[in-house]
Amino acid sequence: MLGEGLLKGLAVTAKNFAASYVSAERLTTVQYPEERIAPIEATRDFPFLVYDGEDWEAGLRCVACQICEKECPPKCIYIEKSKDKKPDFVGKMQIYPARFDIDISVCMSCQICVEVCPFEAIKMDTEFELSTTDRFGGLLHDRRALAKSNGHYRKIHPTEAGEVDARRAGEKAKAEAKAKLDAEAAAAKAAAAAKTAEPPAGAGD
Amino acid sequence: MSQLQSHSATAHEKPESQKLEGWNQPMELQPDGEAEILEVAMGPHHPSTHGVFRMDVALDGERVIRLKPVFGYLHRNHEKLGEGQSYLASMPYTDRLDYICSLTNNWAYALAVEKLTGQAVPERAEYLRVIVGELTRVQNHASSIGFLIQDMGASGTPLMYAFREREKILDLFEELTGARMMCNYMRFGGCRVDATQSWLDRTRKLVGELPAFADEFETLLCTNEILMARTQGVGILKPELAVNAGVTGPMLRASGVNYDIRKVDHYGIYDRFNFQVPLGDHWDVYDRFMIRLLELRESLKILEQALKEIPEGPVMDPKAKIRGFRPKPGEAYGRIEAPKGELGFYLISDGSPNPYRYRVRPPSLVNLTILEDMCLGNNVADVVLILGSVDIVLGEVDR
Repeated sequence: MLGEGLLKGLAVTAKNFAASYVSAERLTTVQYPEERIAPIEATRDFPFLVYDGEDWEAGLRCVACQICEKECPPKCIYIEKSKDKKPDFVGKMQIYPARFDIDISVCMSCQICVEVCPFEAIKMDTEFELSTTDRFGGLLHDRRALAKSNGHYRKIHPTEAGEVDARRAGEKAKAEAKAKLDAEAAAAKAAAAAKTAEPPAGAGD
Repeated sequence: MSQLQSHSATAHEKPESQKLEGWNQPMELQPDGEAEILEVAMGPHHPSTHGVFRMDVALDGERVIRLKPVFGYLHRNHEKLGEGQSYLASMPYTDRLDYICSLTNNWAYALAVEKLTGQAVPERAEYLRVIVGELTRVQNHASSIGFLIQDMGASGTPLMYAFREREKILDLFEELTGARMMCNYMRFGGCRVDATQSWLDRTRKLVGELPAFADEFETLLCTNEILMARTQGVGILKPELAVNAGVTGPMLRASGVNYDIRKVDHYGIYDRFNFQVPLGDHWDVYDRFMIRLLELRESLKILEQALKEIPEGPVMDPKAKIRGFRPKPGEAYGRIEAPKGELGFYLISDGSPNPYRYRVRPPSLVNLTILEDMCLGNNVADVVLILGSVDIVLGEVDR
C-alpha cells in the first residue's frame, strides 16, 4: 500500500515524542548555569602549573626545561629561564621559569605538554568559564594565572593526582634516604680522612 | 605561415558540447536551443555543503549539465606543518582532519609511524583500538545518514535520533580519552590510557542497546515512500568508474565492489572477528544510505566480539618512546578502513626527529572527485542529495 512506510515512520516519531515526556533518562536538558552536570574526571581543557605548599612562587614544580615549549604542537607556550636557582621538592637546586606564558587562544587542549613533562609540573585543568573582553591580553595567561595548587589538582583529577603524589613521595623518600646515606658516607669519609690525617700529625709531634 | 595559423585555429576549435565540459574554461553563458544556461554557485555557505565547499553548477533548466567542485576554503597546511614538527606533535592535528571520526584518524597515523619504526602494539591496546574505532564508525554512519535525510528536507527528526545515540558514544569517549571529539588517544606503540572496568561495562551496555536504535532507524526510514522516490535511481556510480577513480569505503561497496581494507589488509586484529561486508546492487543514493545502515550493524557485531574477548594487560609497549625518537631512513604507508573510506598516511623519514614527507590520503577528497559524473543529467535538487551520500567532511578534504 502506498504510504505504509510513511505511516510506519510516523508511528516511530509518535512513540519517541510520547516517550520523551515520560522517560526520565530522555529529559536531558540541564539548566546551565544554575544547574551543572558532574564533571567527568578525564576531562581536559587548558593546562595549568602545579605548585606544592602555600607559596605559589616557591612551590612551582616547573624547572623550565622547555620540553613542553618544544613539543607543543601549536607552539602556544613561552618560557624564560631564571638566572638564579631555587631548591625543588627533594632539595636539589633547580632553575625555575622567570616567565611562563600560555596563550590559551592558541592552545588546542591536546595534553601533549602534560605527557612530555618529566616533573609532573603541568597538568590539564577543567575550568572552562574563561571568557574575557580582552581577547589578546586576557587570553595570554602568565605564570601567576597558571599556577594552581596541588590540592586543586587532587580535586579535579583524584585518581591521576593520587598516582602522581605517590610517585613523588617515593622519589622524595628515596632522595632523603640517599641524602642520609650520602651524609653518613661523607661523615665516615671525613672521619676516615681525619684518622689518616691524624697519625702524621702525631708522628710529627 | 598563414596555413599553419589557420590549422592551429581549427585545432583549438572545440565542439559546443566539449566546451561546456572543460573544467578550467571560463563558463560561457549562451542559449542552448531555447533554454538559457544558468550558472549557479552552490556554496561555500550553502547549508547542504557540509562546511565550506562550493559547486559551480551549470543548469539547463533544472538539469545539471556541468558541475565543478571547488574546495580549499578550509585549507590549513596540515601536511607541511607535519614536516616541521616531531612525529608526536602531528597526532593531535590528525584529530582535526575528519573531525567526526578523530579516533580512526589517530589510528591510521599511529599505524603509519609504527610501520616506520617497527613498533609492536600490545594485545589489549589493539582491542581498545578496535572498540573505539568501531564506535566511531557507528556514530559516523548514524550521523551521516541523519545529515543525508536532513539535506533531503526532513529537518531534524532522523538527525536528532542519530545525535541522541552519538551523544552516548561521545560521553564514553570523553570518559576514556578526556575529550569528546578531539580525542588524541592513540600513541605509537599503544594507547594513551587504559579503559577501566566500569567503562567497558558501560560500553557493553550501550552496544547491547544500539541494535534497537538501528531497528528504529530502519523502520523510520527504509520503507518511507518519499525517501525511496527521492533516492532510488539517483546518482548512479558505476563500479568501473568507482574503481578507476579510486573511490573507497561505503561509496565503493554501494557500487557493488567487494573491497574492505579490514578484510583485505587485516591490519590490527581484524582477522579475528567474524563480520560481513554489505554490498550494493543498484549503485544509487539509496544503496549508499542502506550500506551505511548495514555496516553500522556489522560494526556492532565486531564490538560485541571485541568486548567479549578483550584481554588484560598493558596498553602501551613499555619500550615505546613517544618523543625524541629518530626512525631509520625509509618510508611507510599505514592505511585503515576509516568510516569514509581508505584513510592512509604516507611518511618518509630521513633519520631526523621530524618526518621528511608527511602525506595524507583522505577518503573524502578522493570520493568527491566523481561528483560531476554522478550529478550530470540529474536535477539540481538531487545534487544536494548526491553530495550528502558521498559523506564528506571538509576538514579532511582541504586539510
